[in-house]
Amino acid sequence: MARSAPTAAARVADPIFDVAGVTLRFGGVTSLADVTLQMGRGEILAIIGPNGAGKTSLFNCLTGVYRPQTGSITFRATRTELPVTLLGRKTHQINHLGIARTFQNIRLFPALTVLENVKVGLEARHGVGPISAMLGLPNARHAERESTRRGIELLRFVGLADQANTIASALSYGAQRRLEIARALGTGPAVLLLDEPAAGTNPVEKRELADLIRQINRDLRVSVLLIEHDMRLVMSVATRVIVLNFGQLIAAGTPEQIQRNPAVIEAYLGTGGQAEDGRNPGTDAGGGGGWR
Amino acid sequence: MTFAAGGGSVGRRDAWYHKPDVRRLGASLGVGLVLALVTGKDGRSGHFGSGIAAALGGVRVPSFLAVGLALWGVATGINRYGDEMRRALAPATAARKRVTGNATFRTTSLLVMLVVAIGIPPMLSSFWQGVLVEQVGIFMLLAVGLNVVVGWAGLLDLGYIAFYAIGAYTTAYFTGTLPVQPPIVLNPFLCFPLAVLACLLAGVLLGAPTLRLRGDYLAIVTLGFGEIVRIVANNSDGITNGSRGATNIPHFSIHLLGINYDWTLNSLPYWYLIMVVLAVVVLLFFRLEHSRIGRAWAAVREDEVAAQASGVATVKIKLLAFAIGASTSGLAGVIYASKIGFISPDNFLLILSISVLAYVVFGGMGSLFGVMVGAALLTWLPQFLRDYVPATDRNLYIGAILVLMMIFRPAGLLPARRRRTELSLHDIPEAETVAVPAPGSMGGSI
Repeated sequence: MARSAPTAAARVADPIFDVAGVTLRFGGVTSLADVTLQMGRGEILAIIGPNGAGKTSLFNCLTGVYRPQTGSITFRATRTELPVTLLGRKTHQINHLGIARTFQNIRLFPALTVLENVKVGLEARHGVGPISAMLGLPNARHAERESTRRGIELLRFVGLADQANTIASALSYGAQRRLEIARALGTGPAVLLLDEPAAGTNPVEKRELADLIRQINRDLRVSVLLIEHDMRLVMSVATRVIVLNFGQLIAAGTPEQIQRNPAVIEAYLGTGGQAEDGRNPGTDAGGGGGWR
Repeated sequence: MTFAAGGGSVGRRDAWYHKPDVRRLGASLGVGLVLALVTGKDGRSGHFGSGIAAALGGVRVPSFLAVGLALWGVATGINRYGDEMRRALAPATAARKRVTGNATFRTTSLLVMLVVAIGIPPMLSSFWQGVLVEQVGIFMLLAVGLNVVVGWAGLLDLGYIAFYAIGAYTTAYFTGTLPVQPPIVLNPFLCFPLAVLACLLAGVLLGAPTLRLRGDYLAIVTLGFGEIVRIVANNSDGITNGSRGATNIPHFSIHLLGINYDWTLNSLPYWYLIMVVLAVVVLLFFRLEHSRIGRAWAAVREDEVAAQASGVATVKIKLLAFAIGASTSGLAGVIYASKIGFISPDNFLLILSISVLAYVVFGGMGSLFGVMVGAALLTWLPQFLRDYVPATDRNLYIGAILVLMMIFRPAGLLPARRRRTELSLHDIPEAETVAVPAPGSMGGSI
């Protein structure tokens, strides 16, 4: 496969993420094969690809859950900062650098209230120690008030303010997705990684989600990296799209370019030969549907 | 119990002895028989079966079977008419919730408890005053400490008593009652900060390498730690005086600004001292629970991966729980050492770690008030049973109570809100997954 062409298209002027030659293997399985891509500051970058293409693996490499065997990943929170490597850092340290994420299968703190969930994200970085907290010192009280205020603000932003004191597990599925986004935003990220945020939501919720992603990008000035299977959502919100297949980057470009790219169409619909040997997961991902 | 009603294979499952009522009757009579056996006469060596024969003789068996029959009647009644009963009692339940959820009610009950804690002990016999201090008070303090580790941070610690030992031995060292002499001999009061410090240090030393482990592994490591501390204390003759332990640890005393007061062999002053320490600890912990730290503990307990991704430094926050829990038991160690005046490795057996854990689980993990009530009840009960059942049978009754509790009220006597929610969530995961299509199947549009 001609790798040089998509890699060139994956370069940007002011990268917030710079992923170079990343390879991730689990035993004999290569999950990411020499992936090189950049994410520009301020963009909404979508990663698409058939199931098992390595999208979530890439997320896990970016957030320190997996450590790739080769390659480098650097991150620049702001234009003025020097790039820092993400390899070898712990998940919470990476979060503190300004990278927040949500999960494919929602992972809230189910027994905490909606507000408490967001506050966990808000408070992870500021340093009120146990002594101040136990003694109820002024700085602890101030921090507590401040995090409640910010929490309510964020809940208002995602439209959950009226359910602030509900137990998180009692929320509807779509609301849980939005709460997870609010919690991630609470950590004050420069870039937000959303792992299939539309999975399991209904068409109305999908439209609201698209608006929310645009607002996060426009109003909060947070770059968004999005994994999503729903093509209508991807094509409507993404400024750029990257396509992975079998752990390799096969295409990068604007939504329009991607929709016309023969390599992408082949990966999703398969050629006759590939479909027969059943190697291509794109075919059983409901290939017949085409673009929505 | 709905075995017979369940579809599938027919035939034997429809037999009369598989009917729910019949099965329940059999179980009730079985329970009656077991009760008749365990409360019966002891056996004698050399006379095989004599105990069983004696236990089954006389009117005992019929009377216990009658108890079983009565139980069956009640259970069947609840099964048949339970919903109607609950419906009839709904207004009363709602009224109870309104009252107990009321802030005035809480303040009032707190005041009542305070009055009871101050006013009742002087009226008790010296035996019961001793029980209050050496059992109830000390173990309430230990349970409150272990609650931080187990109830809030969700870390299973089976060697908790080791920190209690470290607190007690620190007191022995600084009061000059060990073979090794301290730089200066101190009043037990001054041992409080030192014991807290020693336990903090021990907690961090144990936690730092082990808190990366999860669940069962951590439990095993802490179990080992508890035994190591005890055995080291037992074998280091030159430092800890080995199995003979430390003797003549002085009582607390105040000689400050003209105030002179000595704690003596009398238990009552110790009770008040424990109450003060406990009140301070509970106040501090209450604040902690509702602070950033408490929420971070809950987050780590519920979903460690999500907590990390939300920026919580999970290892650090778990270490903090370990250290705070450890230092609380250090306080208990100081009070115990000074009250009894004598400590030896035999005061810090594994069974005590297990007991404290049982108190925490029984009272309601994560609930400050619950674990105190749990510890108080379960330390009082063996002393109460002393007059009614043979000493060898006592643990049997305690065990039975724990088992019943876990079956009928798994979240504990007075569960914490968060914990109660977590436990009730375990009952409904299927509904959640049914409502949510598998992530992969959502890509149907592609």
